[in-house]
Amino acid sequence: MSLDRRQFLGLGAAAAGVALAPGLHLIDLVQARSPEDKVNALTRWGLLIDTVKCADCEACVTACHEENGVTGHNRPATDAQWIRKVGLRDKRTGHVQTLPLMCQHCESPPCVDVCPTGASFKRADGIVLVDKHICIGCRYCMMACPYKARSFIHEAVTDQKPDVPRGKGTVESCTLCVHRVDRGQIPACVEACTKDGGQAMVFGDLNDRDSEIHKRLRSEPSSQIRPDLALNTGVRYQGL
Amino acid sequence: MSEMKRRVFVLCAMLAVAGGSLFAPVHAADPKPVGRVPSPTVKIEKGEKCVEPTDVIRRDHMKFILHQRDETMHRGIRTTKHSLKNCIDCHADPKTNSVLGKDGFCESCHRYAAVSMDCFECHSPAPRKQTGGANTSAAHAPGSAP
Repeated sequence: MSLDRRQFLGLGAAAAGVALAPGLHLIDLVQARSPEDKVNALTRWGLLIDTVKCADCEACVTACHEENGVTGHNRPATDAQWIRKVGLRDKRTGHVQTLPLMCQHCESPPCVDVCPTGASFKRADGIVLVDKHICIGCRYCMMACPYKARSFIHEAVTDQKPDVPRGKGTVESCTLCVHRVDRGQIPACVEACTKDGGQAMVFGDLNDRDSEIHKRLRSEPSSQIRPDLALNTGVRYQGL
Repeated sequence: MSEMKRRVFVLCAMLAVAGGSLFAPVHAADPKPVGRVPSPTVKIEKGEKCVEPTDVIRRDHMKFILHQRDETMHRGIRTTKHSLKNCIDCHADPKTNSVLGKDGFCESCHRYAAVSMDCFECHSPAPRKQTGGANTSAAHAPGSAP
């Protein structure tokens, strides 16, 4: 039996871990965060969506818009969309499949690159957000996003959810339900898909080797949308 | 000449201290209309005391929530002590379920001081858990009788 360099280093790390006293780790493991702790890059939140299981329903869209208080004015061209169902049809065979599309929470987000004020930013744990306190509503990020994930709020908003402030003149998009994630819950779309949909969505920490999403991504084929852009998206798809 | 200046300065300082001690209790008490002078409505709906001493929070509440805003937004720190949601939870009027309105905790004072606040163009003025008023009881819902 021969060891390659990686295996040798792995064994060394395991030996070091064993040698240390219990409770003392060479490498910090991801732990549940208390409210006073800031987010850190040990975690990277992500989603895995199995388009084969994705049922012909709108459970994720309804749940998202309910959770975040996203309401429209029956004007599809300008109404905010945090998540939408996209249909793909194979022209030769006529096969149709649907998938939910939302902010892909890129590792190198183009929306952050182009933002002139720093309002569009990526949190240390990989969630891409808009700081609406700083956003001037220029909409460069909407132009830069290859996934058309962002919306502009054209009209005054009332009856916002206390956890999700929204206001006229700012850009917004999927926050991966950051207020729920910070409480230790999963995003509303994933919860709805598991309960009422096709159990097609998995949420978890892409850096945690023990998480379901990491195991699935490790053992099963998956893809990003527009991998040619090398954005390293946090949202991955299967069955495309 | 400089001696004269010093005397005037000392006199002014003494007057200021005396004036401060005279008027301090008036400021500390709840503002009440004195004659024709209008004053804001300060209704404390919930809780024993504020997260900071009254004089500190009156002067610096905007600094606390501005600091907390960046901590929460960018660093994900969600302590409640200085969060806007925590303010609203205690200070929202149970009748209107809001801190806005003529007698609303935030609006009445800001209107009195002629300071505009933009918080509620995006943030909800309602508390997270309803304190009453709009809360309807499920027991009275039709169809609940056997």
